[in-house]
Amino acid sequence: MASSFSRVLSSKRNIGILSLVGGSVTAGFLLHREHVSAGAAVRRRYPASAEYPDLRKHNNCMASHLTPAIYSKLCDKATPNGYMLDQAIQTGVDNPGHPFIKTVGMVAGDEESYEVFADLLDPVIKERHNGYDPTTMKHPTDLDSSKIQSGHFDERYVLSSRVRTGRSIRGLSLPPACTRAERREVERVVVDALAGLKGDLSGRYYSLTQMTEKEQQQLIDDHFLFDKPVSPLLTCAGMARDWPDARGIWHNNEKTFLIWINEEDHTRVISMERGGNMRRVFERFCRGLKEVERLIQERGWEFMWNERLGYILTCPSNLGTGLRAGVHVKLPLLSKDARFSKILDNLRLQKRGTGGVDTAAVGGVFDISNLDRLGHSEVQLVQTVIDGVNYLIECEKRLERGQDIKVPPPLKQFK
Amino acid sequence: MPFNCHNDYKMKFSLDDEFPDLSQHNNHMAKVLTKEIYGKLRSKSTPSGFTLDDVIQTGVDNPGHPFIMTVGCVAGDEESYEVFKDLLDPVISDRHGGYKPTDKHKTDLNFENLKGGDDLDPNYVLSSRVRTGRSIKGFTLPPHNSRGERRGIEKLSIEALASLEGEFKGKYYPLEGMSDAEQEQLIADHFLFDKPVSPLLTCAGMARDWPDGRGIWHNDNKTFLVWVNEEDHLRVISMQKGGNMKEVFRRFCVGLQKIEEIFKKHNHGFMWNEHLGYILTCPSNLGTGLRGGVHVKLPKLSTHPKFEEILTRLRLQKRGTGGVDTASVGGVFDISNADRLGSSEVEQVQLVVDGVKLMVEMEKKLEKGESIDGMIPAQK
Repeated sequence: MASSFSRVLSSKRNIGILSLVGGSVTAGFLLHREHVSAGAAVRRRYPASAEYPDLRKHNNCMASHLTPAIYSKLCDKATPNGYMLDQAIQTGVDNPGHPFIKTVGMVAGDEESYEVFADLLDPVIKERHNGYDPTTMKHPTDLDSSKIQSGHFDERYVLSSRVRTGRSIRGLSLPPACTRAERREVERVVVDALAGLKGDLSGRYYSLTQMTEKEQQQLIDDHFLFDKPVSPLLTCAGMARDWPDARGIWHNNEKTFLIWINEEDHTRVISMERGGNMRRVFERFCRGLKEVERLIQERGWEFMWNERLGYILTCPSNLGTGLRAGVHVKLPLLSKDARFSKILDNLRLQKRGTGGVDTAAVGGVFDISNLDRLGHSEVQLVQTVIDGVNYLIECEKRLERGQDIKVPPPLKQFK
Repeated sequence: MPFNCHNDYKMKFSLDDEFPDLSQHNNHMAKVLTKEIYGKLRSKSTPSGFTLDDVIQTGVDNPGHPFIMTVGCVAGDEESYEVFKDLLDPVISDRHGGYKPTDKHKTDLNFENLKGGDDLDPNYVLSSRVRTGRSIKGFTLPPHNSRGERRGIEKLSIEALASLEGEFKGKYYPLEGMSDAEQEQLIADHFLFDKPVSPLLTCAGMARDWPDGRGIWHNDNKTFLVWVNEEDHLRVISMQKGGNMKEVFRRFCVGLQKIEEIFKKHNHGFMWNEHLGYILTCPSNLGTGLRGGVHVKLPKLSTHPKFEEILTRLRLQKRGTGGVDTASVGGVFDISNADRLGSSEVEQVQLVVDGVKLMVEMEKKLEKGESIDGMIPAQK
C-alpha cells in the first residue's frame, strides 16, 4: 500500500522526529552530513560579518532580533533537508516593512527550521505572539466545539461567519522550500484523504492546472479561487515557485467547507457560511479537521504539531492554532467612534476590510477576527470572537439608540 | 543563494515527480528540456552549488509570451555553462541563430575598425548608445551570489572606477543611502535603474537583498555609465545625444579596456572564453553582450508594410523608447543590433550604423512620396 515514495519519506520523517525529540539537532544534521554536499562550504568565502544583512531601514520581527551574533551562530547551519538561515530570512531582508505594520520577516522551510533556527525564531515568536515564550510554555489544542457558548449572532448585523486554519503534512518540506515532488506529494496525500469525506462534507477537487474555464469562473463567483501570490512578502520567500503545479482547491458540495492546497501552506482549511451561525461554522470546522486528520493517519501520515508550538505552519505568525475566526459585520456607527480601535484591542480582536488582509472596509462592513493564534486554544479563540462580536453589536445598537458605550477592560493574556 | 533546497535531498525523489510541467510553456528552455536531459543533469551542481533547478526556475515560473520567445534559464556562475551544457548548448543554438558548441566567437573592441558612424542625420537620430555587460571572474552571478560576494563585487568596482581619469573621471552613487537630490538628478539624466519588477528577473533571484551592493557610477561628462549589480555584475553604457555613433563606440571601447586592465591587476579579470565570448547571466547576452542602438524618428517607415522585413534583413530589432517591452512614442523607435554571439562588437555596431543610415534615407524618400522598393536590402 505504501508507495516507495512514502517509504523513503518515512525514514526521513523518523530522522526528523528523532532530531526534534533528541533535543539537539546536530544528531539529525550529522546523520545527513555525508548527503549535504560541499556546496555550502565551498561557497562561503566571506566571514559572517561580511554576509550579515543591512537591516538599518527595516521594521519587521526578524530584523528586530537578528543580531550579528545570532547570524554568525546560525548562518552555516542547515536543516536535514538543507534549508539554511539566509533562505529563512530572505523575505524579511527584501521587504523592510511597513512603518505602521510590523511584519514577521521570516519563514520556516520545514518543521526542523523551528529547532535549527530557534535562537532567532524563539524571540520572533515571543514578540509576535505577545510574550508567549516557546522555551517554557505549552500550547493548548482544543477542537471540541461542544464547549462553545452562544455563537449565533444577530443577522441584522453579521452577514457571514468564517473560521480558517492551516495544516502541514509531517515529513514534507513547507512551501518556501519544497521540491516539485514534495509539493505534488502533498497534493496527492490530501486529495486522496479528502475523497474519503462523506455526508455534508463530501465534495470534489479542482486542480489549478486542469481546471476548465467554466469551473474557474464558478470558483471566482463563489469567492473560492485563490490566485498566484503577488505579495512580495510571499514571492520573496519562494512560495510561488512552479505555479500552478500541484495547487488546487477542494470544496464540499454545499460550499461550506473548503481546502486550499499548496498556497501559502500545505493546506488551508476554511469553514464558512452566510449569516451569523458561528457555532455551526466552528462545529463543521472541528468535525471536518478531525475527519481529515483521521483519513491521512489511515494512510500513514500526520500533521506537523508539537506541544510547544502547536500546529506548525510556514509563517511564525500562524503557529499554535493557525486559527482566524471572523465575521463580516455592519458597524457603521461604532466604526466612526474614536474608541473603536481601543475596544477592539481590549477584546483581542482585529479589523480588516472585507477583501481580507490589507483591504479597506466598504459601507461600514468590517471583517472582525481574533488577534491571537498561539497560547490559546481554538475553543478559547472562537469564544473570544463570539463574545467580542456580541459586545460590538451591543455597542452599535446602543449608538443607534443614542446611548453611550463603554470601552471594556482588556482581556487577560495566557490564562 | 536561491530557494531550491539542497540537491542531494532532492535526489531522493523520482525523476517523474521532479520533472517540471512545461506543457503550457513557450520559452527556449522549455523547448529544449526533455526528461532525459533533466534526468542526466539533476544530480549535478557547479562547484559553488548552483543546480539545474536553479538554472531553470525562471523559465518554469514564466511560461512565456505567445509572441516573444524568452530564454527561460540563467547561469549562476561561469561553470554553469559547462556543467549544464546539455541544456544550455541547444538553448544557445536556438537563441543565437544555430551557434554550434564547436563555434568560436570573435571579440573585436578596436573602435578604429568601425567605418563611418559619425554622420547619422541628427534631424532623425536623436541619441546613440552602446551597452554591454561584464562579469568578474571569481564571483558567482546575480541569481546566486551571496551578500558578501555582491558587496565584494561592488567594492572592487568602486576601486577600479575611482582610478579612471580624463574623460572617464567620475563618481559612484550607491543605491543605499542615496540622497533625494542625487536620486532626482539621476532620474532626470535617465541613469537611475530601479529594483527589477519583471518576474523574469525576480524569479531568478536577481533582486535579492535590494538595494544592498547596488549602485551607479558615471563620468562627470555624463557620457559613460556603469551599473553595478543589477542584472549582471557590471553593465557598461556609453551614450550621447545626436547621431555620432562612432564617438559613442570609441568611448565605449576605450573605457571598457581601461576598466578591464584595472580588474586584471586585481586578479579579477572579466569572464570570457573563446567559445562563448563574454559570460553573462542570461544566455541571450553571451558573446559581445552588446546592444548598440539609436533613438530614431521613423514615423513613415515604421508604418510601411515591409518595415519588419527590412529590420530582419538588416539584423536589427526595434523597441519602444522606454527600452525592452515598451511601445514607441511619436514614431520614435529604439533600433539596435539583434545579434550578440557569433559576430564581433565592431561587426554588430557596423550593422547598426549602416542599417540606420539606410533607414533614414528610406524615411526621407517616403517623406517625398517616393517608393523605397528599390532600396530593400538583401539579407545580411
